[in-house]
Amino acid sequence: MSSSGFRFRQLILVLCAFGFAAAALRAAPNAPARPESAAPSATVEQRLAALEAYVANRDPAQAMRAAGGPESGVDSAPLAGLAGPAHNTWMMISAALVLFMTLPGLALFYGGLVRTKNVLSVMAWCLGITSLVTVLWWALGYSLVFGQNFHSAMLGGSEYFFLRGVTSAPNPAYSFWVSQNVFAMFQLMFAIITPAVIIGTAVERMKFSAVLAFTTLWLLVVYCPLAHMVWGATGFMNGVANPAAHIHAIDFAGGYVVEMASGWSALMLCIVLGKRLGFGRTPMAPHSLVLCMVGAGMLWVGWYGFNAGSAVAADGIAANAFTTTTLAASVAAGVWGLLEYLWRGKASVLGFCTGAVAGLVTITPACGFVETGAAIWIGILGAMVPFLFCTKVKAALGYDDALDVFGVHGVGGTVGILLTGIFATTSVNPNLSAHLAPLVGHSLWLEQVKGIALTIGLAVVGTALIALLIKATIGLRPTVEAEQEGLDLSDHGEEGYIYEPKA
Amino acid sequence: MKLIIAIIKPFKLEEVKDALTAVGVEGMTVSEAKGFGRQKGHTEIYRGNEYTVDFLPKVRLEIAVADDVAASAVEAIKKAGKTGKIGDGKIFVMGMDEAIRIRTDERGESAV
Repeated sequence: MSSSGFRFRQLILVLCAFGFAAAALRAAPNAPARPESAAPSATVEQRLAALEAYVANRDPAQAMRAAGGPESGVDSAPLAGLAGPAHNTWMMISAALVLFMTLPGLALFYGGLVRTKNVLSVMAWCLGITSLVTVLWWALGYSLVFGQNFHSAMLGGSEYFFLRGVTSAPNPAYSFWVSQNVFAMFQLMFAIITPAVIIGTAVERMKFSAVLAFTTLWLLVVYCPLAHMVWGATGFMNGVANPAAHIHAIDFAGGYVVEMASGWSALMLCIVLGKRLGFGRTPMAPHSLVLCMVGAGMLWVGWYGFNAGSAVAADGIAANAFTTTTLAASVAAGVWGLLEYLWRGKASVLGFCTGAVAGLVTITPACGFVETGAAIWIGILGAMVPFLFCTKVKAALGYDDALDVFGVHGVGGTVGILLTGIFATTSVNPNLSAHLAPLVGHSLWLEQVKGIALTIGLAVVGTALIALLIKATIGLRPTVEAEQEGLDLSDHGEEGYIYEPKA
Repeated sequence: MKLIIAIIKPFKLEEVKDALTAVGVEGMTVSEAKGFGRQKGHTEIYRGNEYTVDFLPKVRLEIAVADDVAASAVEAIKKAGKTGKIGDGKIFVMGMDEAIRIRTDERGESAV
């Protein structure tokens, strides 16, 4: 432990020093001062058009041009370069809600499902991933996903490294009315929760250093390219916004990027990692379904930021996403409980919680594209298919996906992506008319299938390579003694619960 | 003097305690215990993973009583602790050589 631990600590120090040096070098001011101009200023009609564009979440420049008046008015209008307060408010709340899903939502949901001796390790992983991914996102991640200067369908650009030039002014490529720094923080929360979801497969048997190494490589090798392909303005499979996309797929809030990517990666990781010591022989029942339920409730609440926030505006599409999210989650929770009742005679708390999460996963890619009736079907299927996987197929195949990340997120995400292609309608989301009008309601599901193949390929191959690389270098697993003792003590030197008799 | 050890269902503890107090028992020691008899354990299922729980939670009472109280104490436990379903527990009665109250050094029946 001592020599490799020391080298690991040195590496962390060097990385920190590198980051701070880079930040210090970043001397450029955030926003260039607007030059005083003698050109004619915006007319009242132009200014009114800009305000209307704010309320309707449309492009203010285009609206002002349509309103006539001097072209110089477009750039010098009082609202030019400013964010819209309502949209910005909602997006800051949404970003906080999505972070709340990880801290403490997922930490409690996962923490309750492991044994007492490993509860803190799960929480430490969530905290460590949050810190690590935030720095990676600031330095590289945001730019690799949402930059454009690589002119690539696979990866973004370098213009926003260290969040250079990412200010409170909106970036019209992604939102006309939301500050780009708010947008970057909102997207950061997705980059945090995705690896945090993955590690649910590896609980109780992966060492902390390996979790952090995995997160770093996975974020850069799998997440950033995939997120750019799906959501980047020049993305390979961004069917909604990129007319030049090779695959005309749609994903409202992260069916590919978060759910499928985490689920399929988790399957690969748990296979490379191997089973927990005593798997199938020692009882490994959840130590606190109370914590688990509290966490599941927080995930559900946070998911409103995740799904409705993915409209990147406080608009009608967000309102639709809010509604469909509620319906699918409630239906799926009930259906899972009902299936348990029919199968075993008892509906369980873990069943309701798992069903709610599965429904939320499945509606994620669809929420801003489908009507309420479709949301009900998505809720039903989003519970049934993952239920069969978690309770039947997994036992038959025998892999140790400890917290069913594949069964819930991988399977649910894939089902959701497919159903999105079937149920999406332009009446809910007019943005679908821009480049996809001939596909919606017809062969859009085929594009979704192509996207599924690409996502599974990237997640599975990328994760396998990363996991094997870590296994061959610093190693993935703790010693047998450490695993038996529990990761709380062996990795963190703490215990989750200390009971002492009262004096 | 007799020492009575009773293993009962945890939710019956209050009723048993009240019944014992009513027949003149002035003290008892209670501990949480686990075990199985004819009831055996039960099965728990978490997302399809089945775990057999062999040892069920019980409460273990230890009561030291004078000889003339023993029979009514046993009767009280039996009556208050009974649900009629499997798993109600057991009562063991044994002879006791000596009892000492630490504070006063009293011995014998005045110490129990």
